[in-house]
Amino acid sequence: MSGEPTPGYAAAGRSEGSAVPDEAGPSEAPLAAESETYELTVNGRALSVQSAWIGESLLHVLRERLGLPGSKNACEQGECGSCSVLLDDALVCACCVLAADAVGSAITTVEGLGADGPTDVQRAFLETGAVQCGFCTPGLIVTIHDLLDRDAEPSDLAIQEALAGNLCRCTGYGRILEAVHRVRAERAGQAAR
Amino acid sequence: MIAPHGVRASTTAPPAARPRTPPRGGVGSDAARPDGPPKVSGAFAFSSDLYAEHMLWGRTLRSPHPAARIVDVDVSEAAAMPGVHAVVTARDVPGRPTYGLEHPDQPVFADDVVRYQGEPVAAVAADHPELAWRATQAIRVTYEELDPLVDAEEAIDAAPIHPDGNVFRHLPIRHGDPDARGDVTVEGTYEVGMQDQAFMGPESGLAIPDGDGGVELYISTQWLHVDREQVAACLDLPPDRVRLTLAGVGGAFGAREDVSLQVHVCLLALRTGRPVKMLYSREESFFGHVHRHPARLWYRHHAERDGTLVKVEARLLLDGGAYASSSTAVIANASCFAAGPYRVPNAVIDGWVVRTNNPPCGAMRGFGAVQTCFAHEAQMDKLAAALDLDPIELRLRNVLRTGDTLVTGQVIRGTAPVREVIEAARDHPLPSEDDADPLTLPGGAGRTADRADVLRGIGFAVGFKNLMYSEGFDDFSTASVRLERGGDGEPVATVHCAAAEVGQGFVTLAQQIVRSVLGVDQVILRPADTQVGSAGSTSASRQTWMSGGAVQTAATAVRDALLRRVGERRGVDVQGARRQLLRLDDGAIVHADDPSFRIPLAEALENGSIEETREYHHDPTDPLDADGQGDAHVAFAFAAHRAVVDVDPELGLIRVVQIATGQDVGRALNPVQVTGQIEGGIAQGLGLAVMEEILVSEGKVLNPSFTDYLIPTTLDMPPVLATLIEQPEPGAPFGAKGVGEPPTISSTPAIVAAVRAATGLDLIRVPVRPPDIALADRPV
Repeated sequence: MSGEPTPGYAAAGRSEGSAVPDEAGPSEAPLAAESETYELTVNGRALSVQSAWIGESLLHVLRERLGLPGSKNACEQGECGSCSVLLDDALVCACCVLAADAVGSAITTVEGLGADGPTDVQRAFLETGAVQCGFCTPGLIVTIHDLLDRDAEPSDLAIQEALAGNLCRCTGYGRILEAVHRVRAERAGQAAR
Repeated sequence: MIAPHGVRASTTAPPAARPRTPPRGGVGSDAARPDGPPKVSGAFAFSSDLYAEHMLWGRTLRSPHPAARIVDVDVSEAAAMPGVHAVVTARDVPGRPTYGLEHPDQPVFADDVVRYQGEPVAAVAADHPELAWRATQAIRVTYEELDPLVDAEEAIDAAPIHPDGNVFRHLPIRHGDPDARGDVTVEGTYEVGMQDQAFMGPESGLAIPDGDGGVELYISTQWLHVDREQVAACLDLPPDRVRLTLAGVGGAFGAREDVSLQVHVCLLALRTGRPVKMLYSREESFFGHVHRHPARLWYRHHAERDGTLVKVEARLLLDGGAYASSSTAVIANASCFAAGPYRVPNAVIDGWVVRTNNPPCGAMRGFGAVQTCFAHEAQMDKLAAALDLDPIELRLRNVLRTGDTLVTGQVIRGTAPVREVIEAARDHPLPSEDDADPLTLPGGAGRTADRADVLRGIGFAVGFKNLMYSEGFDDFSTASVRLERGGDGEPVATVHCAAAEVGQGFVTLAQQIVRSVLGVDQVILRPADTQVGSAGSTSASRQTWMSGGAVQTAATAVRDALLRRVGERRGVDVQGARRQLLRLDDGAIVHADDPSFRIPLAEALENGSIEETREYHHDPTDPLDADGQGDAHVAFAFAAHRAVVDVDPELGLIRVVQIATGQDVGRALNPVQVTGQIEGGIAQGLGLAVMEEILVSEGKVLNPSFTDYLIPTTLDMPPVLATLIEQPEPGAPFGAKGVGEPPTISSTPAIVAAVRAATGLDLIRVPVRPPDIALADRPV
């Protein structure tokens, strides 16, 4: 077991950002013929993926090989948005991208967004009560950054449309939308100054 | 437009229930969640994020058939695959072969027969998840298919499909005069489809063998200790050799009350001597947990001409699926609350829950009350129409009040602000019909309708249910609180409680309660685990009351011990003849008669820490007798919902425009979190009303994915206008009631009532599907 405990919870998670070596050994021989070694650029860092089965999704590689479990695995078929990442500035579901296909692309995960302290979106989530179980939260954070970076003042309806690909089962979205409205107002205020 | 969160309507709050000067972040404040920062950064460790050195991946093989005899299971090929470290089946279970929340009737692995599609038959552990999957495909199971028993009504008299029989429970309720008759009667039959909890974080866990025959399990669950009991029994280990720690839980809503992978993953870890992680896919999750019981409900209401209810007759039939889970308690709730939050002097109610070869059903938010609320509220509207009365007025004429008697003969002793929740929901402003963007019409961006083609309707519903466990169950929670000087010399409190945080925010409340009782800013929460006593389940809207009560009681014991310590050291009495002399006030111990006596907490703690552990039990309840009578419940919570909908009658599309609600919360310990529960609960009620159903045909699930099982998105959820009715509940810690379930109970019938009002259709079934509207015979 490695990693720091998360406040209030047991944590057997890996420490963020550490490239964990693959559990290679003689017993993994059966997949060796279907494996590749390649490099991914994640949050500005070049990370090596050693002899990974080529069927692995980007989500799996981020979570299980690169120590970046912030992207979540709620449906793994592109319906829930919990694994939203940016792939060369395009918002994608990491579960629907083959990791080996992402070679040469700049990948941004939730871990890359708040690397220098919480972003305005993350702060707004905390202030409005937008977090409950939190499983959808990282995907929403990435999606909302993508929205507001493209359109600083989206209409309420445009916000709802943009977030409709991110499922949340706890909140009914009320506090989440309030968080987005708060950031929209803050950014508009900063732009006006 | 997003509604501001909860308007608070405090009524008749006795001043004694409020602390004099709430400390920062104490009870009643909008304190921030302690787990919020790691959850927004992605650093929070959910059970699916866990990892251990030399970890293997577990995977389950499940039956493709809903009913079959297992002729043979050949694991030899799978076991011989390189990279596969263990293959286990029923014959490898060392202890009790079955488990179950209330009745251990469910096999860890199917042995001779399978009783539902998706029942586990074997499990494997391998180096890689892909290898684990391939290994399950190499297991040769020979089945002899049987005709599945899929009709709940037939199940009552059909040949038993399990040694325990097909009827989980028949609960009759006979109250008052069974032959009483009203001037007016209305009758109806209703149906509720099978709903899924659809939590976001799929079932997952990490089991680590301790090298000494025992096992540690990091798991997302609702009740650590009841999981441990079942795992230990099935593994034939003493309970203390099975140590459970709560890993981050991605939502629950009832679906994590039953064991899913707990026994399998521990068995694989013990077999291989290595850590094993299991993680369900979304599809497997649909087969890996119980669902909300589908129901068929027949009702006849009798009333006098002025609308006074005379009698309710009801026959309730719930399909429990293949195994018992919590079915016997679900039917108790469905039956006890079948008449709604109204004064009903006479009742003849029969509740049945039966076993079939359909997917097992058990706990989901609202727990039985959801099904009957859909029916009794449709009946109230029908009765209002028959009497030519306003539906809200009819409800107001019959509302329960404190001191009234339920159909179970129990007198309500606590608060019952039913009138207040109805009036609050009624009095919110209605949305305008004119200024809406056309994209907000039913059909959304499809632009399938114009405003002129769209029908608007308004509907209303009221519901209630019990808080905490009922029918004589000894329901308790345990908490330990330690107070000491931290590294910075400031006082710090540490709470140890096994209450499962599943997203609802108990971790916040635990800190708030300790801050209020002990006046400290720093409150640390130890991980929830089985190293402390049971906290009971995070279900039945019970943790705020039960574990909140345990934390409050333990913190109060710490405070009292500290006062005694200071009193002994200073040679002063804690208690005077008529009043308490030493008190903890604003971070210091003060003396009532000596203004110069003031010892800061940090100084009082110089002689070491103080730790107290307490069990909190709620008032005892009684079982129900042969007529379904008895004081079976502790307390009740009420809510009312008003829904506004737009309907495109040609395509049968519905858009919910607004929900207004009044909810009885006792006292809001954290108003923002209460609002989050209300909005989230309404979203699940909306889902059941217009979109969510597990489709089952001949025992087989047709839509086990988020592609085909739809839950509300941001575009489906309307603004919610909420009023919190705060009447502190006598006997409840801080006067607070649980708030999680009531939003899910009456929101569904309110939405369907609104669709009825818009279309004039009967709509006796939820979810309302497009063909139910588009292909219905239009009323003249």
